[in-house]
Amino acid sequence: MTSSTITFDGVSHAFGDTPVLRDISLTLAEKRIAVVGANGSGKSTFARMINGLLLPDQGAVSIGGLDTAKDGKAVRRRVGFVFQNPDNQIVFPIVEEDVAFGMKNLKFSKAEIETKTGKMLRRYGLEGHRSHPAHLLSGGQKQLLAISGVLVMDPEVIVFDEPTTLLDLRNKLRVAEAIEALEQTAVVVTHDLDLIADFDRVIVFDEGRILADDAPTPALKAYVEAMSGV
Amino acid sequence: MLSTRDIVSIALFAAMTAALGLFPPITLPTGVPITAQSMGVMLAGALIGARRGGLALLLFAVLVAIGLPLLAGGRGGIGIYFGPTAGFVLSWPIAAYVTGWLFDKHRGQPHPGISALYLIIGGIGVVYVIGWAWLAVMNGWDIAKTFTVALPFIPGDLIKVALTVIIARGVKKAIPTL
Amino acid sequence: MFELYRPGNSFLHAMRPGAKLLALAAAGTGVFLLPGLPAIIAVMLAVLAIYAATGLGLATAWAQLRPVLLVFAILFAAQVFIAGWLTGAFFIARFATLLLLAGLLTLTTRVSDMVAAMEIGFQVLRPLGLNPSKISLALALALRFIPVLAQITGEVREAQRVRGLDGSIIAVAIPVIVRTLRMSDAIADAIEARGYNPDKA
Repeated sequence: MTSSTITFDGVSHAFGDTPVLRDISLTLAEKRIAVVGANGSGKSTFARMINGLLLPDQGAVSIGGLDTAKDGKAVRRRVGFVFQNPDNQIVFPIVEEDVAFGMKNLKFSKAEIETKTGKMLRRYGLEGHRSHPAHLLSGGQKQLLAISGVLVMDPEVIVFDEPTTLLDLRNKLRVAEAIEALEQTAVVVTHDLDLIADFDRVIVFDEGRILADDAPTPALKAYVEAMSGV
Repeated sequence: MLSTRDIVSIALFAAMTAALGLFPPITLPTGVPITAQSMGVMLAGALIGARRGGLALLLFAVLVAIGLPLLAGGRGGIGIYFGPTAGFVLSWPIAAYVTGWLFDKHRGQPHPGISALYLIIGGIGVVYVIGWAWLAVMNGWDIAKTFTVALPFIPGDLIKVALTVIIARGVKKAIPTL
Repeated sequence: MFELYRPGNSFLHAMRPGAKLLALAAAGTGVFLLPGLPAIIAVMLAVLAIYAATGLGLATAWAQLRPVLLVFAILFAAQVFIAGWLTGAFFIARFATLLLLAGLLTLTTRVSDMVAAMEIGFQVLRPLGLNPSKISLALALALRFIPVLAQITGEVREAQRVRGLDGSIIAVAIPVIVRTLRMSDAIADAIEARGYNPDKA
């Protein structure tokens, strides 16, 4: 097991009386993992449990042996989370301030924050916007800024919750490229089946259970069949 | 203690009060202009309660002071607090707190008549007492005479109370867990 | 950033925000102690001279007063009604002078510098149980989301225009507030996912 191995052990969860995850057990050690399923299938709940944003009612989730319920802080350091709508994820008015936010929370040194901010903004072609209001960026640039703010914290796993849903085609491609180029483990929750065609593993959720867990081609075939009622 | 969620609600209601300043003012038949902005005070009290509502309007007042043109008509800057209308902006955090304190006594939403009464006490009463008294003192006016000058503004503020009751109920219907 | 700041390189631009605030407080108090109309007008001319000297210009000075002309007119009418026109002129001149003085601070100080100055000030509040990092976060969030909410308000008005409802404050306010409140949970999650801990900060 490496420090980025994700383990779900007998995880069940409900919102009120509605069960959203039913007895999920699996181990994820691949580099590119996709999570698909209809709205309400439990896939977003699953994603939120990986970095401890949600703790399971029953069972346990661990990342490289760190339990999300017991070692919350260490888990957050290890697992970054990129949300669907970058407008909700960018929390500082100026681009460079937003990139620095997570590093400040983790008490990185001033010099380190400075260097890493510059490096990350150059990587995503945002260096010209360094001192601009984040509000003025395009949708794709905002998503890249959101990703930058997570990457500078040196996570080993990054969870993406529908990162391309709100983007136009050109920006979708930019974000897809950014995900592809990551060295880290990426868990991507998405409806965008093109985005995950080359992934190592695809998990299909249906009503809180795992419907398929396979390579992209067979997993997506099972998904399409289930959804069309064949 | 303020949770992260509390801090976010405070900041968003401060921002919303700023956005309300973007609505063009309506001029009443009496010639008195009314702006939607002071509804931010009533809405904050009615929707997020005393502590968060009061802090949201305090944050708004600070943002105005540090040089953002957030008041209706694009006014802002520390000069507001030296001007004749300073008492109004300064009364808003207290008014939102008092309104929220009244609303906090209820689980769910009070009867519309009760809501209106609370908004009149917190959103009009507190604002008038502080705002107009400030104006009177700054101008060296007699308090009683000052309130006769204030009278024409009351109908506009009553309209805002009615609007806030309807809006707050609509919002709570959409988000019952609020 | 949308703000009232005007770039420049005058002595006022170079002054520290804290020092400017203290100077403004002193000057403002001074104006309050002035006895009569001629003294107020003399000080007002001096302030206008500073506008000219700092490169802000008299047009900018006028722009400080223009938005409040209506308020001044109402106040002046009320003053004439309550206390006579000479008193009215005195009070209006005093307000105008104070506004111009305060404008000097606002026009020559960036919002970000003001925030930085305040953050130092907040440290003093720590013993009173106020948490400077929470105040800073609230300020940053408000600055970040004011344009977002303005944009959402614009979008909702646009959508309601199609239905002929863009003039209805109710039809616009409810969807804007509902969207804002729904956003707030997502924003709080995003803040905590990036390692912010309100109890440790």
